[in-house]
Amino acid sequence: MPDPIIDIRGLSLAYGAGESRNVVLESLDLAVARGEVLVIVGESGVGKSTLLRVLMGLSRPSDGRVAIHARPECRTPMAMVFQDARLLPWRRVIDNVAFGLEGSGLTRAARRERARAMLALVGLADLAGRWPHQLSGGQRQRVAIARALAVEPDVLLMDEPFSALDSFTREGLQDELQRITAETGKTVLFVTHDIDEAVTIADRVVVIAGPPGRIAAEVRIDLPRPRPRRDAALQDIARQLRAELSRRSAEL
Amino acid sequence: MRLIRSTALAAAGLLAFLALWEAVPRLGLVNPAFLPPPSTIPPAFLREIELGVWPEAVLSSLSHYVAGLAAGAGAGIALGLVSGMSRGFEAFTAWVVRLLRPIPGLAWVPFAIIWFGVEPSAAVFIIAVGVFWIVFFATQGAVRGVDRDLVEVAQAFGFRGPLQRLVKILLPAATPGILVGLRTALGQAWMAVVAAEIFGVPGVGQRMMQASSLLSTDIVVVYMLTMAGLYGLFDSAFVALQGWLLRWRA
Ligand SMILES: Nc1ncnc2c1ncn2[C@@H]1O[C@H](COP(=O)(O)OP(=O)(O)O)[C@@H](O)[C@H]1O
Ligand SMILES: [Mg+2]
Repeated sequence: MPDPIIDIRGLSLAYGAGESRNVVLESLDLAVARGEVLVIVGESGVGKSTLLRVLMGLSRPSDGRVAIHARPECRTPMAMVFQDARLLPWRRVIDNVAFGLEGSGLTRAARRERARAMLALVGLADLAGRWPHQLSGGQRQRVAIARALAVEPDVLLMDEPFSALDSFTREGLQDELQRITAETGKTVLFVTHDIDEAVTIADRVVVIAGPPGRIAAEVRIDLPRPRPRRDAALQDIARQLRAELSRRSAEL
Repeated sequence: MRLIRSTALAAAGLLAFLALWEAVPRLGLVNPAFLPPPSTIPPAFLREIELGVWPEAVLSSLSHYVAGLAAGAGAGIALGLVSGMSRGFEAFTAWVVRLLRPIPGLAWVPFAIIWFGVEPSAAVFIIAVGVFWIVFFATQGAVRGVDRDLVEVAQAFGFRGPLQRLVKILLPAATPGILVGLRTALGQAWMAVVAAEIFGVPGVGQRMMQASSLLSTDIVVVYMLTMAGLYGLFDSAFVALQGWLLRWRA
């Protein structure tokens, strides 16, 4: 791939040592193109979250190389959206969104202005003054997305961000995410175990199988957007991916 | 309806209590010097105010209370935060803590007098010692209990140093637990005030001792009720403050 924004070569990661050594990822190679929406699927426990944590600098790999080619002026090249939103309950919505901007040199007013713009982007401008406990699950996840976008990252890492939501809310947020990525041109790494979700939003889907986790299959999806749900071509790809996943788990 | 009923019952209970209290000494069942009837309390209170003794004793006690509470709680929060954040510090202090913690605040009275003399600072010291442990353990536990996931959020947004972790996550997340400790300390400190003043530092405790040695038990009761009233006032104010600080909770 020419000029990837993320270039992972031979990444290995093991937890523990000796008898209890648990190899989670083994010589994993993955390159992500600028502006690409890459969806990672795989069974629970194969190391999808671990991969994102390594990119975020929250876990240290045992071996391999991770290169991130962000714009040089980008202060926070990556921002993360967690499965459980993880808003700070003692901050109002607006201050949760502004969280990552503290220490950026912006004044409080400028931070709040940026936060307000991000809330508008995710359609929650009216809820700026609420406390997190006053939000629904879907609204909380939107705030988490706004918080991540506020720091103007080049890459958005999303770890099963919609999997705790009901299917109606989930589909709404999938559409929302597609609109946002189209508007902002962000590179997105999106983890899910929902194949339909994967084929709806992805430019490319990679299957991680394991343990130890490695890339087992890869499918490029060039269908135009917005993609109608239950589209025959999409369902075909979904079926193919499901078959791949069950074949991999049968092998293990 | 329920509320009215329970309020009425509470008032009736209080009246019955006062009536019984009034009756026992009046009927000669107990010497009134041993148990002053409630009707003698308001006049005694007015006398204390006219003499200027009451405001002086109360102000003096309050200054010990506030200073002791601030010193003990301040030290307790500071060391509790450090101990909650650093396993190393906790291990280093583990045996010292185990050694000092069981010593009751009042056992420090002899040293308080030797170090500070019969001075307000001695009372402040004794109050602070009692408050310190409560707040220290509440803070340490609260910091320990902070959700690691939230700490990770701070790291993910680039706040990685211990000071940033403290300010952005640990302190706000531990506030509910710290406040619970502080509220307990608020009551504990009142008890320590009386004890600390009984050995001669001017204040409510000292005045009570004087009065009881003269068998002016009505005055003793005035100060007992004074303390109940002041404690109730502080506790209500604290609960209001706590509610405001924790208004982010469901
Ligand atoms: N901090 C940790 N210490 C030890 N093992 C861990 C830790 N975090 C995750 N693991 C293990 O690593 C494996 C992969 O976990 P994870 O990346 O969360 O998987 P996924 O997100 O694909 O479900 C699991 O077996 C899990 O038990
Ligand atoms: Mg996971």
